[in-house]
Amino acid sequence: MTPSLLEARNVRKHFPVTKGLILGGNVGWVRAVDDVSFRIDAGETLGLVGESGCGKSTTARLVLLLEQPSDGQILYEGVNLKEMSGDDLRRYRGTVQAVFQDPQSSLNPRMRVGGIVGEPLEVNGGFPRGEVRERVAEVLHNVNLDPAFATLYPHEFSGGQRQRIALARALVTHSRLIVLDEPVASLDASIRSQIINLLKDLQDEHGLSYLLITHDLAVSRHLSHRVAVMYLGRIVEEGTADTLYAEPLHPYTKALIAAALPVRAGTPDDTVVAGEVPNPMNPPSGCRFHPRCPLAMARCAEEEPVLQEVAPERRVACHLF
Amino acid sequence: MDTLANAPRAPLLEVKDLRTYFFTRWGTGKAVDGVSFSLGESESLGLLGESGCGKSMTSLSILRLVPRPAGRIVGGQVLFRGRDLLRLSEEEMRQVRGRQIAMILQDPLSTLNPVFTIGDQVAEPLRVHRIVPRSGVRERVAKLLSLVRIPAPESRLKDYPHQFSGGMRQRVVGATAISAGPKVLIADEPTTSLDVTIQAQYLRLLKEIQRESNLSILYITHDLGTLARICDRVAVMYAGKIVEQLTVEALFERPAHPYTEALLQSVPRMDRKVHRFPSIEGSPPLVHALPPGCAFAPRCPRAQDICRREFPPVTKLDDGHSVACWLHAKDPHDSVPAGSQERP
Repeated sequence: MTPSLLEARNVRKHFPVTKGLILGGNVGWVRAVDDVSFRIDAGETLGLVGESGCGKSTTARLVLLLEQPSDGQILYEGVNLKEMSGDDLRRYRGTVQAVFQDPQSSLNPRMRVGGIVGEPLEVNGGFPRGEVRERVAEVLHNVNLDPAFATLYPHEFSGGQRQRIALARALVTHSRLIVLDEPVASLDASIRSQIINLLKDLQDEHGLSYLLITHDLAVSRHLSHRVAVMYLGRIVEEGTADTLYAEPLHPYTKALIAAALPVRAGTPDDTVVAGEVPNPMNPPSGCRFHPRCPLAMARCAEEEPVLQEVAPERRVACHLF
Repeated sequence: MDTLANAPRAPLLEVKDLRTYFFTRWGTGKAVDGVSFSLGESESLGLLGESGCGKSMTSLSILRLVPRPAGRIVGGQVLFRGRDLLRLSEEEMRQVRGRQIAMILQDPLSTLNPVFTIGDQVAEPLRVHRIVPRSGVRERVAKLLSLVRIPAPESRLKDYPHQFSGGMRQRVVGATAISAGPKVLIADEPTTSLDVTIQAQYLRLLKEIQRESNLSILYITHDLGTLARICDRVAVMYAGKIVEQLTVEALFERPAHPYTEALLQSVPRMDRKVHRFPSIEGSPPLVHALPPGCAFAPRCPRAQDICRREFPPVTKLDDGHSVACWLHAKDPHDSVPAGSQERP
């Protein structure tokens, strides 16, 4: 079996919570990511969905090597990131790129577009200087921008165009995996659909893989091949986008989908889930969703359900299954 | 359902031909350009549009809170119970804000003052408008907090905003807004900063409060999902103008303006998957450089010559449904609009 492009195995990331400046001790741990496993194949999009504080962005930071996992492994083409040496790491950083939510803050306002988009080529080395400009023009063209824009500054562009620039920067190193952290959340409805279409086109043309981090289930539905739903640091359900949305199994997934579905006039919204996401420093016992779950049983408070396969390509962590 | 969308309701708030312009170095920006709508007693009207379309400026104009000196209301009327708010003195206007018309803004963290307690902030409108005697303030505040489902409100009066979660903060802002018993609540994207499950809770609470206290709501949003949950009617804005007004049912079933139609189609939905979105090319125009004629014409797939020359008149299609589009403009001799709408 060929290894997946990227695979996470039982990854944990715990952040210490300290009190006081000098003599303060460690007062607890936030388990931002707690025993999470997933894989992404070439040309595939994995959607990681969940509400704020569920650990989806920390997962993205782990994949981007902006954080080191406390435990567990992340494998790129079967090689553990931890065991990679200097050259391999540089290659990894070149082929795994990111696009963030707000292009306003992710593009340096004092650099020209050409410099912004070309920078990864210079940083990652090995790219002939003279060809940078050509490559920049090529990727700008790929994201449907005029290559002449290379001489302009980010403030001269609209939000949608800025997100295209960010995407061009992610593509310039011939990357294979792009981490998309809420790529369309800051955009207007009419611009949002343009960017979603562009992301799909680029994937088809270049065989890209995406790790899509979003709280927007509808966006994830349209971009993802497979979806993993996270709650308080854990994956509670995973499946292909088609089956997961057609037939959500976990009560949390059901609640999320019901909450986001545009309710037509006259449709009762009786699916509102009560309560709020608990403090991740002190997650509930047993199943972390049980205090808010409409179907919770006595067992849910005591025993944490494990993520298990209930059908091919379908995993869920719930005592009901 | 008791949606009385078609029954005549006395308009509580009537906005007529409102114009708010911005005078800047780069020219005049017509942020709100001839906006007219009315809001009935205990009705909820949605103002739908993308960023920069003038929806927030419309709401700020109603309360006369347009950022000065660049922005100025240059024309029109805002009639509240028949009284033109634009002609009131600043002192009289202060009696209207909070007491008659209150507002909830998008981000509760910036609405609430971090150095005052929750109890103080909810009590402020009560004190300013002298709603209850000094001795009764505390009790009333606790009651308001329990109305917005803050558990153990008595014990939380002395807490500060940072001790509350995002959803609770936005509920506190709601409690502050309704504390002086306003008739109209303007809610400007109150749920954008909240998580989806919390959004659903918040909208349900807002609906309940509306029912209990007979509030009229002007709901400003770019999000069709939340709009469908809270509003009876919708006014769609584009580049400072209202291009279509209709009921929420009609919005999803028979939108008439090409912009409304495109907006509906371009929203990713969960109940159906399409390979490509029918997206609107280009982006909304800047209010400083509006094209002549209909501002949507450069992006409109069905634009004709006349669209680029003249702004279309407002055409009534059926009860409570009007549209400003040349595709529907009636010939004075003909009562059926061109490309006539299917009636249900």
